Amino acid sequence: MSSPTPQAATVPTAIAVAGLRKSFGEHVVLNGIDLTVPQGTVFALLGPNGAGKTTMVQILSTLIHADRGEAALAGYDLNREPARVREVIGVTGQYSAVDELLTGRENLMLMAGLYHLGRPAAKARTETLLEQFDLTETAGKLVATYSGGMKRKLDLAMTLVSDPRIIFLDEPTTGLDPRSRRVMWQIVKDLTRSGVTVFLTTQYLEEADQLADQIALLDHGTLIAEGTPEELKRLTPGGHIRLRFTDVSTLGKALTVIARPGQADEEALTLEVPTSGSVPELRGILTRLDDHGVDVAELTVHTPDLDDVFLTLTGNEA
Amino acid sequence: MATALADSAIMLRRNLKHMFRYPSMIAFMILMPVGFLLLFVYILGGTVGPGGQSGRAAYATFITPGIIALTMVAASTATAVSIASDMTGGIIARFRTMPIARVSMLAGHVGRGVIQTMLGVAGVTAVALLTGFRATASPVDWLAAAAILVLFAFALTWLSVALGLAAKTVEAASNLPTPLIILPFLGSGFVLTSSMPTAVRWFAEYQPFTPVINTLRGLLTGAPIGNNAVIAIAWSLAITVGSYLWARKLFSRDPAPS
Repeated sequence: MSSPTPQAATVPTAIAVAGLRKSFGEHVVLNGIDLTVPQGTVFALLGPNGAGKTTMVQILSTLIHADRGEAALAGYDLNREPARVREVIGVTGQYSAVDELLTGRENLMLMAGLYHLGRPAAKARTETLLEQFDLTETAGKLVATYSGGMKRKLDLAMTLVSDPRIIFLDEPTTGLDPRSRRVMWQIVKDLTRSGVTVFLTTQYLEEADQLADQIALLDHGTLIAEGTPEELKRLTPGGHIRLRFTDVSTLGKALTVIARPGQADEEALTLEVPTSGSVPELRGILTRLDDHGVDVAELTVHTPDLDDVFLTLTGNEA
Repeated sequence: MATALADSAIMLRRNLKHMFRYPSMIAFMILMPVGFLLLFVYILGGTVGPGGQSGRAAYATFITPGIIALTMVAASTATAVSIASDMTGGIIARFRTMPIARVSMLAGHVGRGVIQTMLGVAGVTAVALLTGFRATASPVDWLAAAAILVLFAFALTWLSVALGLAAKTVEAASNLPTPLIILPFLGSGFVLTSSMPTAVRWFAEYQPFTPVINTLRGLLTGAPIGNNAVIAIAWSLAITVGSYLWARKLFSRDPAPS
């Protein structure tokens, strides 16, 4: 007698959204959004400016009301139990939500006080976060004197004071220099290790690719695609390899030898050949060139990225 | 309820930190009433005055309650501006997504507004004493005057909070309370209402600043108070309740899309 195999433990749902709609006057911003985010994962809402990303975050974080639709966060109903929802979420908006007339430390103590942590716990939490975000040295200075990157870090630290189970990050790295962006990415990656669910919006395809377990593409208020970064990339056929040669005659010879359509650039001495990117196909091309004595100076393989996906699905640049 | 009080105390502390970090705000706030005080006492004080019974010091004593009322209007503008600029910043959006009593976000501003008003009133009163203002008040009278002022400041601060919330920009917030400046003039602040043309007199006698100024004048200089104190308290309570309800309604709206 074999007992039925136990089902794999299902991961609880952190965010469930159904039929969410929002208009500002005549302008439809969200036109029926459905999505599900499993607990402990990073979900990236990707889209160009004006796609409705910020509105989505503002609704899910109880800041504004949707016109229609349902949403549950950690099982609490957004419309009926907003106070419960507020207890489990943390929000870092697109515009810095720090008090510039207070010091960094005072900002964190303010948050700790509002979460009723109690003085010793509040102090301990504040110092830990200052340390973790590398802000201890400037903790006594007014936030008005902070750089953009420091304000962002403080902003996120303030969001973490309450140990939220679901964190919303609205364009967390917009306006940051590349180094600060890397730091922010590392912070987000570290967060998910503790089982926190992250819902982030971004207009940077690379960022979604780096951080997200699941990506949804938002365009004009509608989700036009959803999946893992790999799944989305597979939606676009268009990868290619780029071959560079040392002179124009070799380039011309190569074009005839490979006997495939290719785009030659005589200025750059390069030849772009569409491929699926598979190894046998690449080997085939290289063998032919080798057999005919054509020397390749450089080879680069271009796999489709999310830019291509967006371009394919919308006909627009992201 | 306990949470609302605790949250309000935290918000008040935040607002007081802002205030003490920029004490120039209070100095700036009392510029206008002090300017009027000097203008009236030194330019006009020799000739105008209640019933012509003149002397600069006597006129300074007569108008100081009106100047104090002007100070309260100036303080209202400061409160409207500070709440409007707070609303435009991201931190209020953060507070709105946190599990805290919503009224505390306004209460912090109200507490600061009342304290700021009273500091301004103290500053202006000190200048008035230098220009010849003399009070005959006993310590109890001073306390009663302070109580009336706090009550009226509370009312005007709630009104300014509502005006600051209603304003779409910080500039608009600084303009909205400006018409209030006219009220101490169209009241008993600078001349006796009995000297005014009938229509103006009717308005002057029934608007809220007049009973407040009369009560203050009575307490500080021994003029008859009559039923002015009761009317002043009634006005203060009515303005407070009305403004509180209006402010709460404005604040519970969805914030405008940014």
